[in-house]
Amino acid sequence: MSAEDALAETRRVGAEQLRAVWKRPGGWRRLSSVNNSDVGRWFAFACLVFMLTAGVMALLLRVELATPAQDVLSARQYNQLYSLHGSVMMFLVAVPIFEAISMLLLPAILGARELPFPRLGAMSFWGFALGGLFVIGSIFFDAAPDAGWFMYPPLSTQVSGVGSDVWLLGLGFIEITSIAAAVELITSVLKVRPPGMRLNFIPLYAWYVLVVGAMVIFAFPPLIAGSLLFELERELDMPFFDPTRGGDPVLWQHLFWIFGHPEVYIIFLPAIAITAMIVPTVAQRPIIGYSWIVLSAVGTGFLSFGLWVHHMYTTGLPNISLGFFSAASQAVVIPTGVQIFAFIATLLAGRVTRSTPMLFIAGAFAIFVAGGLTGVMVGLAPFDWQAHDTYFVVAHLHYTLFGGAVLPIIAGIYYFYPLITGHMLSDTLGRWSFWLIFIGFNVTFLPMHLTGLIGMPRRVNAYPAEIGWQALNLVSTIGAFVIAAGFAVFVWDLFRSKRDQPERPRNPWNAGTLEWAVSVPEESWGVRSVPEISSRYPLWDEPEIVGRMDRGEFFLPDAPTGHRETLITSVLDATPSHVLRVSGDSFVPILAAFGLGGSFILPVFKLYWFALASGLVGIAAIVWWHWTTTAQPPEKNARDAGMGLTLPVYVSGPSSTGWWATWITMLALLTAFVSLVFAYFYYWTIWPVFPETTPAAAPHWGGLALLGVAWGLTITGLKLNQRGHAASFRAAFVTAFGCALAGGALFQWAPFAAGMDPTVHAYPAIVFVLHFWITIHAALGALMLGYCVAKSWDGRLTRDYDADVWNTLLVWHFTLGMAFVAAAVTGLYPGAT
Amino acid sequence: MFWVVLALSIVVWLAVIGVAIYAMRRNRDIASDHTGLWLILGGGVIIPTVVLSVLLVWSLGVMPTLREPSRPPALVVEISAERFWWRVRYRDANLVVDSANELRLPLGEPVEIILTSPDVIHSFWVPNLAGKMDAIPGRTTRLLLEPERVGRFRGQCAEFCGTSHAQMAFAVEVMPRAGFDRWIAAEARPAVPLAGAVLFETHGCGACHMIRGTAARGTAGPDLTHVGSRRTIAAAALPMREADLIRWIAHTEDVKPEVNMPSFAMLPRRDIEALATYLLALK
Repeated sequence: MSAEDALAETRRVGAEQLRAVWKRPGGWRRLSSVNNSDVGRWFAFACLVFMLTAGVMALLLRVELATPAQDVLSARQYNQLYSLHGSVMMFLVAVPIFEAISMLLLPAILGARELPFPRLGAMSFWGFALGGLFVIGSIFFDAAPDAGWFMYPPLSTQVSGVGSDVWLLGLGFIEITSIAAAVELITSVLKVRPPGMRLNFIPLYAWYVLVVGAMVIFAFPPLIAGSLLFELERELDMPFFDPTRGGDPVLWQHLFWIFGHPEVYIIFLPAIAITAMIVPTVAQRPIIGYSWIVLSAVGTGFLSFGLWVHHMYTTGLPNISLGFFSAASQAVVIPTGVQIFAFIATLLAGRVTRSTPMLFIAGAFAIFVAGGLTGVMVGLAPFDWQAHDTYFVVAHLHYTLFGGAVLPIIAGIYYFYPLITGHMLSDTLGRWSFWLIFIGFNVTFLPMHLTGLIGMPRRVNAYPAEIGWQALNLVSTIGAFVIAAGFAVFVWDLFRSKRDQPERPRNPWNAGTLEWAVSVPEESWGVRSVPEISSRYPLWDEPEIVGRMDRGEFFLPDAPTGHRETLITSVLDATPSHVLRVSGDSFVPILAAFGLGGSFILPVFKLYWFALASGLVGIAAIVWWHWTTTAQPPEKNARDAGMGLTLPVYVSGPSSTGWWATWITMLALLTAFVSLVFAYFYYWTIWPVFPETTPAAAPHWGGLALLGVAWGLTITGLKLNQRGHAASFRAAFVTAFGCALAGGALFQWAPFAAGMDPTVHAYPAIVFVLHFWITIHAALGALMLGYCVAKSWDGRLTRDYDADVWNTLLVWHFTLGMAFVAAAVTGLYPGAT
Repeated sequence: MFWVVLALSIVVWLAVIGVAIYAMRRNRDIASDHTGLWLILGGGVIIPTVVLSVLLVWSLGVMPTLREPSRPPALVVEISAERFWWRVRYRDANLVVDSANELRLPLGEPVEIILTSPDVIHSFWVPNLAGKMDAIPGRTTRLLLEPERVGRFRGQCAEFCGTSHAQMAFAVEVMPRAGFDRWIAAEARPAVPLAGAVLFETHGCGACHMIRGTAARGTAGPDLTHVGSRRTIAAAALPMREADLIRWIAHTEDVKPEVNMPSFAMLPRRDIEALATYLLALK
């Protein structure tokens, strides 16, 4: 056998191994698939279905408004439909569709096999699907949220019925799954890049994933904290927003809009990300101003957290705060302008090829720039006093969302469809759907500016016939049906059979980025081998690269141990660090998602015991999947990764992906905690006299001390284990376990011991919540300590394989930090004022 | 200010979209990377910074004049926004007058509106007079009106407040000072004595409504002492006509779902008509 034959044989064997390892389950078992390309497709499909449902709701609203009288819908139905239209579009379409597309495309864009936590991704999808069906389904039982997507109390706390619980618990659960998906995506961009993809080579799409993921991590927790307060008020009568007992309805508005404004950019930046992939391709040249765009994206992310008050200009805030937030609102125009001009400059400098994606991008520009300009108008406080809560704002926000999200996403679907399905969409149908949507959109929303300026407020189901709003409303309704026709064409194009068409060419748009290196027909392993790159547009600059990837000349061309693997690199320079064994297909993520989902959904029906049981099933499922698959000691901690490199397959601490994911998750929990502390000090600013009661000193400080001991013992345990003292390590952790539970319980009891009843006044209520937050973290920390001890006893957590211990310690760092702040705030602050 | 901002916006839109279309249509590369960067810097940073700074300074400059009176208010009106109507109390010189769902203002004088709410958040808005201001439970907010022309306007709740939010409007009438003084003096007087007061009392209407000068002393609902002189019924949900009054009394829930007042369809038709006649006569 010649050397060439031997090489060919090695390659054939490698391909066979990969094919076997990445084989997709067939039949109904396909549902157990956790592979990013399956889950991503389901995720995107679910978003599309939810979007069309919310679109039909909008049509019903427009039919009702076509005439002044209340005729087609009752006021109750109208209010439920408009509340759901907004909530579904925001929480079930705009945010998750970005996560869905990223889950689907990110591994290909990064030349990777898979995302680092496939089961987390799958759980996040199933939770999303369950929560989404629950929230949307409520409309059929006359139980949908009916207090607006903004849920202002006291309307939604004291008046509204079960619909508010559906909103808080259903969407609260979806927010948590969104955070889970964000953790996975951020970790991927940081750690799953191909070797050589240094920070300045990262494709712009991945940069945006990083920025948007970080925004999700910081923006959703305030809303989750707010929802926690909200549900405690509704279920346990704790008066956070009730002014008769010291609460304040405006606190919710702050928490909601601290989330709500970044949310706008969480929706907008992914659209820019898609544009940033399409523009260089149609211009057939690298993007101009790469670093400007990255800095602008990061800048937009930061600025977006300083704008929330511009949703509250009419609540009677002092002029000085209005001035500050007015200025911040104008400032965000600048990074947005930089990104748009960077695209225009790239188009100017390149040779533009006409295509359907580019048509949608052009339409998006026209609409978005108009929406941005009306945004400048409403950003000016005096203008907003007039336009606020009128149809002018409805027009403004639809201009920004269609131009800044819907059209670019459709452009992205036309652009990436060949990659996802292997077929091209029709250019003719694409042009039809574009012009129908574009014209219909302007017919609907351009007149709305005027409708609002002549005084029509939002959220009304009827209006007087004699004041001249009718003609404008009728025009808007007609336009809405033209948009619907455009979407009908688009959906038909998506789902019509394309079996008789030839398979797509390998790189149909002649793009420069790695995702177009995916083979035709697609294999479920993603890439045959993980490439090493040395430029921003490897397919343009390194013509040999696709062939070398296909021949398996790069990293991980085989799967000798029968594990699904992907290559992990360092955060800054993307030098290969280790090979990560990713978990395989399983039904456990579905069980975990449905168990946790049940613990959110069942309380709506007052089935508290079932909810508790369901939550325990969910937690048990998560523990089980970790116990059986994550951080398992390998047979041998070394693997020939190809290209003459031998890499470890097990790492712990800061170089492992699990440690990064823990870090990011704890950051989200910390943000929620900071929001609760914000609420505490917010009360301090509005109460003329601040209460002086503090939690009982002994359990308060004693509880904190015990948590401190648990933290210290966790550090000691880690060191003992590293030195190989398994028995002392277990003893330390068992003691820490006891301290954690006892400390948490004492700390929770402290305010009650001082007679602080959380239902009497908002002060004891907020103290209760701060203590409760610490207690559940102590419980989480205890669970992880127990898990480590059990795994050590089982012999799978040893001196060399101690990733779980590192992650537990990280959780304890955060827990003790939060406990310290909480104890200082509730125990010392009242005396200091 | 609006027209300037609008004109500016149209110019900016045409410029940006013009450049974008030009960039897409032409397929020779004329711009180099270097010119591209200058375009980003100019179009994305320099021009917006200058334009927006000017706009901001200008708009912040007009803000105080819109919110603070140039002289002490001539009239204070306390308005409590309640689901789904407006409780109105005038404090003019040494007069305190209760009314509901209608606001009369003297021409050219600063009027301070003091807003509260006992239930949920509402927002007070008369588009032709000024911007809006929220009425928030547990807080007091203020708004300054200085009407510049006489006329009848429509005001409405601009913050979603529940099922009948769309039916929570009110009538505004700006009148010359002399007319206003005559009107408020009349509004302050008790109701004209009429026979219908007995029927109003027997059917229990007085439990919620006040008709000054009669036995009806309720405060849960709108003051009806001079309801016949108002132009609308039920917070501008219906015009003030006998047929509509009858419909309102008999089918309250149909006109305004979830309103606090129950429907009185069970009363004899004769009585409902008599009540409507009585209320219309309360000028």
